[in-house]
Amino acid sequence: MLMDRYTLLQKIGIYAAILLFLIFMLLPFFEMFMTSLRPMSHLFRSPYQFWSDSFSFDAYSKMWVTVPLLGRYIFNSVFIAGAVTVLTMIVVVPAAYAYARLDFPFKAASLGVFLGVNMFTGAVLLIPLYRVMNTLGLLNTYWSMIIPGVAFLIPTGIWLLRSYLEKIPKELEEAAFVDGASRMYTLRRVVLPLAVPGLIVVGVSVFIAAYAQQFLFAITFNQERSYQPLPAGLFEFIGYQTTTWNEMMAAALVGVLPVMVIFLFLQKYLVAGLTAGAVKE
Amino acid sequence: MTDVVGSKSPVIAKAGRRGLSEGWFAWALIAPAMLFIGVIVAWPLAETIRLSFTDANMGGENFVGLANYEKLLHSSKFYEIIGRTFFWMFLSVGLKLILGLIGATLLNAAVPGRALFRVLIMPPWVIPIAIGCIGWLWLYNGHFGIVAGMMQRMGIIDGPFEILAYKNSAFYAAIVTDVWVGTPMVSLFFLAAMQGVSRDLYEAAWVDGAGRWYRFRRITIPQIMPVIVSMALLSAIWTFNSFEIIWILTQGGPRGGTTTMIVDTYKTAIGNYKFGEGAARAVVIVVLLAVFSLIYLQILNRVNRKYGVK
Repeated sequence: MLMDRYTLLQKIGIYAAILLFLIFMLLPFFEMFMTSLRPMSHLFRSPYQFWSDSFSFDAYSKMWVTVPLLGRYIFNSVFIAGAVTVLTMIVVVPAAYAYARLDFPFKAASLGVFLGVNMFTGAVLLIPLYRVMNTLGLLNTYWSMIIPGVAFLIPTGIWLLRSYLEKIPKELEEAAFVDGASRMYTLRRVVLPLAVPGLIVVGVSVFIAAYAQQFLFAITFNQERSYQPLPAGLFEFIGYQTTTWNEMMAAALVGVLPVMVIFLFLQKYLVAGLTAGAVKE
Repeated sequence: MTDVVGSKSPVIAKAGRRGLSEGWFAWALIAPAMLFIGVIVAWPLAETIRLSFTDANMGGENFVGLANYEKLLHSSKFYEIIGRTFFWMFLSVGLKLILGLIGATLLNAAVPGRALFRVLIMPPWVIPIAIGCIGWLWLYNGHFGIVAGMMQRMGIIDGPFEILAYKNSAFYAAIVTDVWVGTPMVSLFFLAAMQGVSRDLYEAAWVDGAGRWYRFRRITIPQIMPVIVSMALLSAIWTFNSFEIIWILTQGGPRGGTTTMIVDTYKTAIGNYKFGEGAARAVVIVVLLAVFSLIYLQILNRVNRKYGVK
């Protein structure tokens, strides 16, 4: 399009601005990475010096020794996020279908209740939540981090998946009904296979959010070190004498790899799907 | 085909006669989700309200009526915290919206490489907030961190400066981190909204000789206004309740300089085991957010009417 043509000067301006924007977004990661490469003696130099003449990947092997449970923490993070995702999807799929297709009493009101949950974060409700966990005997177990995680992700999950399901043509379901299929059968065999791209989008965003939200529940409901997820476990690098920042940054970067890999593989669906759900109308 | 277009299809309704009625079936589908919300959100919320009328602590609890609220009402420190929380919210959300709008506009420009740029802005949102904050904690280190180092090099400060040790600098440092975390999501939603704007509008304006800035101001902004306004509300609620960033960077310090309401609630309830007083603070948060949202939705309706969205 002629309309979209930029002059050379405009192009330079756009790229320069994009570069500035990306620097703000990515500089912390870059500096975290550079920190992980510097030896300890070069970390504690004042004033700050960027360059070090002995960059090395030592921290990436030493970190497993400094914090012996590190591998376990990373596994816990992935495990908790995975469990939260599976449970959330099991609960969200039928509910989203109901809101997308069916007509029932209190439909708008109950949807309002779900969306109202967005007003609260776990932090507001921690005191009674602690007691609920205690009563259910779930303190210091994986469940104490999984169950609240699921609850706070349900509303967004329903919201995103509902708008996706609404776009699937109704005629296919009707054809199944005409052939005598039950509601449950239709949902399982007709709607779900068609909804796979939407399920991926919602699943990935739930996983990312579940990976992200573990810190608060972990530090409040779980004292058991071997169940701790990475965001809480990272603080073990902070020692009484010194903090091995290079190893801590190395561990942080390795620890976000699982979620980054998933994001990179599925980002195409994610970016398109998230926004399609949000901007409808 | 006209009967298929309606919101409720007669065929689907008829299918229900073979089993559960539509209403029961729908509620059966929703029940598991509702159960979760009931146990983890609704019941604790009711319990928070009840606890706010007690002096609950580790030892036990007695009904104390409105004592907790009266104490808050007469605490000038609490008003200071409310003020700080709203300042935190408005400043941070404002910056996120402005940066998000700039970011979305840049990523919407028809230049080669934009697909890559769209992916590259997302990492702050993808990684756990707590882990990003640990990174920032090191960047903000007064002696050895890059931020103080750069400021020293540029002559803004003339020696080591512990950014997180002074009230003002700690507050603005936390704002920067919060904006860093929140901007990718805002940009992404604005970008999607911009791509939903009909090209015909731009072409018609272009044919009439309208420049880029004019088209941005008179077409893009009004067209995506509904998304801007709803994103602003969501972002405001999240920012108001933002806990991890402040907790990891400063734990609400120095001397309360970064204590927002949510941090204050956590410190009172979990840090000092004053469950009753903490609960009263939590209730105030919920009430303030509800009032804020209601006022905001009123404005939203007016804006939508003005821009002709249903």
